[in-house]
Amino acid sequence: MSADVLLSGGAPMRRGPYISRITNRTMNLLIRAAMLFMVGVFLALVLNLLQVQRNVTLFPPDVISSIFSSAWWVPPCCGTAAALIGLLYPCMDRRLGEPHKLKREWSNVMRCVAVFVGINHASAKVDFANNVQLSLTLAALSVGLWWTFDRSRSGFGLGVIIAILATLATQLLVYNGVFQYTSPDFLYIRSWLPCIFFAGVITVGNIGRQLALYEYKVSQEKTHQD
Amino acid sequence: MMVRERLRQNISAAFYRHGLLCASYPVPIILFTSASILTCCYPLLKLPLPGTGPVEFTTGVRDYSIPSHESPGDLSERPDWYQGPPVAYIQQVLVKAAVSPWDNSLVPVDVFRSPLGRVFSVLEEIRNHVYTDRSLEALCLQVTDLLPGLRRMQAVLPEHGCLLVSPGNYWQNRRDLFDADPDLLKTVHQHEPKGLHTSATLKDLLFGVPGKQTGVSLYNKKRVVTYTITIALSSYDARFVASLRARLKQLHPSANCTLREDHMVHVHFKEEIGIAELIPLVTTYIILFAYIYFSTRKIDMVKSKWGLALAAVVTVLSSLLMSVGLCTLFGLTPTLNGGEIFPYLVVVIGLENVLVLTKSVVSTPVDLEVKLRIAQGLSNESWSIMKNMATELCIILIGYFTFVPAIQEFCLFAVVGLVSDFFLQMFFFTTVLSIDIRRMELADLNRRLPAEAGMPPPKPGPLRPRETPPPPRPSPHTITLQAPAFRNLRLPKRLRVVYFLARTRLAQRIIMVGTVIWIGILVYTDPAGLRTLLAAQVSEQSPLGEAGLPPHLGVAPVFPGRDPTSTLSVLPAPEPTPLPENQSQGHRAARPEVVPVSSPQITWGPEDEELWRRLSFRHWPALFSYYNITLAKRYISILPVIPVTLHLSPQEAIDTRHPQDTHHAPPPSIKTSDLQADLTLYKVAALGLFAGVVLVLLLFCLYRVLCPRNYGQNGVPHGRRRRGDLPCDEYGYSPPISEISPLLLRGHSMDIECLASDGMLLASCCLARQIRVWDAQTGDCLTVIPNNGLRRSSSSGACEAESLLGADFREPGGGAVGRPDVDIFPIRRRTTPARPALFGDQPDLTPLIDTNFGSLPPSQTLSSSGFDFGGLVEKAYQEHETSPTLAFPPSPPPVLPPELPPQNNGDWDSSVWAMELRGNLIATGRSSGKLELWDAVEGSLRCSNEDGVSGITALAFLNNRIVAARLNGSLDFFTVEITKPLGLLQYRGPPGRGSLPPSPCYSSEDVISCQLTRSVQCAHQKQITVLKAAAGRVVTGSQDHTVRVYRLEDSCCLFTLQGHSGGITAIYIDQTMVLASGGQDGTICVWDVLTGSRVSHVYGHRGDVTSLVCTTSCIISSGLDDLICIWDRSTGIKLYSIQQEVGCGASLGVISESLLVTGGQGCVSFWDLNYGDLLQTVYLGQSSEGQSVRQLLVLDNAAIVCDFGNELSLVYVPSVLEKLD
Repeated sequence: MSADVLLSGGAPMRRGPYISRITNRTMNLLIRAAMLFMVGVFLALVLNLLQVQRNVTLFPPDVISSIFSSAWWVPPCCGTAAALIGLLYPCMDRRLGEPHKLKREWSNVMRCVAVFVGINHASAKVDFANNVQLSLTLAALSVGLWWTFDRSRSGFGLGVIIAILATLATQLLVYNGVFQYTSPDFLYIRSWLPCIFFAGVITVGNIGRQLALYEYKVSQEKTHQD
Repeated sequence: MMVRERLRQNISAAFYRHGLLCASYPVPIILFTSASILTCCYPLLKLPLPGTGPVEFTTGVRDYSIPSHESPGDLSERPDWYQGPPVAYIQQVLVKAAVSPWDNSLVPVDVFRSPLGRVFSVLEEIRNHVYTDRSLEALCLQVTDLLPGLRRMQAVLPEHGCLLVSPGNYWQNRRDLFDADPDLLKTVHQHEPKGLHTSATLKDLLFGVPGKQTGVSLYNKKRVVTYTITIALSSYDARFVASLRARLKQLHPSANCTLREDHMVHVHFKEEIGIAELIPLVTTYIILFAYIYFSTRKIDMVKSKWGLALAAVVTVLSSLLMSVGLCTLFGLTPTLNGGEIFPYLVVVIGLENVLVLTKSVVSTPVDLEVKLRIAQGLSNESWSIMKNMATELCIILIGYFTFVPAIQEFCLFAVVGLVSDFFLQMFFFTTVLSIDIRRMELADLNRRLPAEAGMPPPKPGPLRPRETPPPPRPSPHTITLQAPAFRNLRLPKRLRVVYFLARTRLAQRIIMVGTVIWIGILVYTDPAGLRTLLAAQVSEQSPLGEAGLPPHLGVAPVFPGRDPTSTLSVLPAPEPTPLPENQSQGHRAARPEVVPVSSPQITWGPEDEELWRRLSFRHWPALFSYYNITLAKRYISILPVIPVTLHLSPQEAIDTRHPQDTHHAPPPSIKTSDLQADLTLYKVAALGLFAGVVLVLLLFCLYRVLCPRNYGQNGVPHGRRRRGDLPCDEYGYSPPISEISPLLLRGHSMDIECLASDGMLLASCCLARQIRVWDAQTGDCLTVIPNNGLRRSSSSGACEAESLLGADFREPGGGAVGRPDVDIFPIRRRTTPARPALFGDQPDLTPLIDTNFGSLPPSQTLSSSGFDFGGLVEKAYQEHETSPTLAFPPSPPPVLPPELPPQNNGDWDSSVWAMELRGNLIATGRSSGKLELWDAVEGSLRCSNEDGVSGITALAFLNNRIVAARLNGSLDFFTVEITKPLGLLQYRGPPGRGSLPPSPCYSSEDVISCQLTRSVQCAHQKQITVLKAAAGRVVTGSQDHTVRVYRLEDSCCLFTLQGHSGGITAIYIDQTMVLASGGQDGTICVWDVLTGSRVSHVYGHRGDVTSLVCTTSCIISSGLDDLICIWDRSTGIKLYSIQQEVGCGASLGVISESLLVTGGQGCVSFWDLNYGDLLQTVYLGQSSEGQSVRQLLVLDNAAIVCDFGNELSLVYVPSVLEKLD
């Protein structure tokens, strides 16, 4: 992840006549990171709630506390990861010179987020015959998500890499006993977790790209006003 | 491929016909669609309304038997859920106890201490009751552990045994603990949750009656304590229950008790939605709303944007309803929670098709009939719609084969939803769209008519009927421009602000409506016991509640003599919590003076029959949920209560007193606890308010960050200017078409090859080597070169410029309005001899080409050139000989200089390959390698240079230097020197609107010489293809894959830029030293001219990059693949691309920072660069219909010149101009 930080940190550096824009750019970067962080925290809270609900039909009276039922460190972690990924995606597009082909709009991004929440919903609510079926279905859904909303090879690659890394990290966390899953079926974790990670990366990347699109408009406008 | 093409054609044709149908009969189709929606939704009436409230069913106790699982005979009587045994039978023993007669010596605690103490004996009675061989142990519901999260209740609720709850549970059902408890109220209240509670409290559970009715308080006026002992039975034994009832009644007889005992109530509970489950649901709905919002925002250029958005949403929603209805009709009862899957269904079905349809229809030519527009729009998008639909169906089909029941059901719904959505789109939405567009055109028409009436008569209006003769033109040089009849369509700024406000308020309304709906759903389904909570709050707060008077009012008359107490009671609020010692002293002192009151009466009324009804309906689910028993979708049976009346003597009450009871400080402590409850309520309310405010602020910030366009704000004029300079902004429902009026410049006989302009003048050169100079402002033809044969014809009379009426594009039904002067122009139609009589009084505006052929022998014009021009001219000559009227009034050429030698005509043998225009000098580079300088106004050759032999492929004319690139790869730098014999600078003409370029002006008296200053022989290895000059730099691109940068002053090569893997085909450089190059390999490189380094490098096109333009934010490139791509300049990310018509790919230009213009088949299109939206398509006249725009030049004064074959078209975009200065 440190490499990612370096990469995203180094992204706004430009040569020549662009130097004057750096201050603007850093500011925008910060704003974007903050927004992505908030999105990550929010999604983590809501989706965690979905997972927690799985076995509970009625809640004890203290409902509100169950929103924050996860450990305190989970939402910040998710937020940070979301910020990193969301900044990494446009940066990678820029580096590779392989821009995002699909016409990018907020409605599309919203659709993507909705499908992501739906995938989570399915993983939490729908009863599957066995874990393999669940994992396969979720994998197909995740790849479908990528095909519908991303379709870039770089996006796919980055998604897979980050999903593997995150899965590895989760394995280590569970191995060290930080938390645990009720019925692990893939070493220490649930086998659908990588799919969820992948779909999340694609979604957050989509949001990040869309935000990046705005950043340039903002900076343009600023240069206009100057 | 063949099959695919044919399929595509068939689909397109079918859609076309369908569009015609829909637009022709809108009302019957809408009626038909509504009828079918209603029909499909009819089965929904049978479905139970969603809700989580419990349902009751009452049966008699006498002939009760456990309902069987088989479907019973009479469906009307028994509900579906009344099958199988209940979870439990609830038997409540309702105990009413009072100390009577009431004695003055009793303290308030006595009201409930001894009555509560009697619960243990009653419990003992119940536990030990045995009927024949059955005891309670055998019949009752055995429970195991409490849920792990309820450790703190472990001491209170029973575990591992009978589920039997009573107030005795507070003391573990042990009398000794009860007796030893100094403060009963504290024990009871210690388990109450602080603040707001959303479900049944422990006090409710144990007492079994609503908290207010228990009478366990120090302010119990009636001094009757009510509580229940609740027994959950797992099986129902009528005889045991009856014997228990008889026994208790016998032991504790209730006088005048007439409770009905013959009804058993079965309560069925639905699945609960807790707040925790509601949060993800609400989140998905918020995402859904955002999706709909962002989607409908894209609907543009229609009459009523929000009407169409509503229609789109209605389409999606009713298609969902239809799918549910159809599924129910065919026996597929939905088991999924509708509310949960609904957002996902909407997202799957999507609004995309609707938007695509709207966009496609809107972008059809506006002068067509509505019917045809709809049909065209439909058929244009038919293929993509069908493709998308097939893809979605495939995906859903794949989902169906997962064989997971829930997913299968979802897929089934989605399929039916998709199909019905398609149906509705095709019938409902298309029809609504056609109505909307018709309304828009009607509105335009209505608005135009008054404007027309107010116009002065000499201006021919767009609505002028064909018969009325156009007024005579005032002079042959003037071109009659159409009156801007549509100008009033352009929205003024204040209207835009109003629209902005309207927009934001609409957003607010959406949020508001969403909240109201959500609250409505919440209250309706009452998932969190909100109703009971509210009721409880109201009864607690209201001074006129069922409790009658608030305590301090009720107490004061009872203890009139107590000074300290009464003052404390009357002024409770400012008092801090008093210390118990002080209070007890005061209390004790006051006690003997208490006035005796009447003894409490225990009465039984019908309201006691079903006391459990007053409990929260979550009472029973909560009780069972503590033991992890869910009541969702199950039922319990509640048996009639057993009334027990206990009368206790005062002596008994005094005996059971705890020593501390008399120390108890009743009224103030309770007051403060009430106050505390109030305070917590206020705290919670304040917290909620605060959270709401924070949420609104957060949303506002998010909105500001997400939508940084600060329009509608004062003090930020630039932000508004940026938006305002579009011809059609976001609020304008129709583009201000009047501002875009093409002028047709005719006169060339053959296809135009070169175009050059300096903003004021426009020079064009055709294949026939004729150079014409036009006024870029008015479109007048000023000069024709060669004019050796044109002695007799006036230059202005020779050319015609036609203003194509902008109004024509807006006419409903196209042909409704005649264009009076349509038959003047086209040369090809000159065979019609009838000329309009109105032109008789002015010089004949015959095109120049005619004059040429009529007056010149062809041999004179045609020398031995490489191009076979003769045959063509011969034919044309023959043709036009038949033309009867060829009387050209000889008018002297106004600007011909007298001293111009007639032999001063240039080289006519070679063709013009390159042309540049600066000031009034035209530089032409010929295939023979000759460089010529012509006077643009006079049409005379001023100077020529024949130093080179290789053909000049490209020219650049900057300041007084000319750079010529030759075919052999050499680069020649020329200097233009002017010697003014009179030392006078003659100003060239009237100042234009655009800023005059700093180019020198030459008068006809000047002697101009052109010197070759330097020749770079091997500038490139191969032929130089592109040459551009700006900012003191000359940039050349060549077939040898390199780009070279030269300094203009000393013609020194600064950089050789390597990076392409193909020949250079396009270069862009501007004053800000931005250099971009595109090559045959399809790559685009952006260079830093100062350092010569490559800034970015993108792979853009399949095939050559044909043209490149940069703005401050993006790069626009076009390629041989007829694709125009827009790239972010700083990141190199492709923002989007525009598919062009075949052959029009290279023609593009940027008018302003956000306005892109591209050429097409007989039209030019304007695009919003920021969003990639098509703003408008301007058709440039009927004669140029089939011709595609090959070159497009953007002039400084925001005009566009483009060529169609042998015609030029000059299009003004004045709205941009206004903003520029």
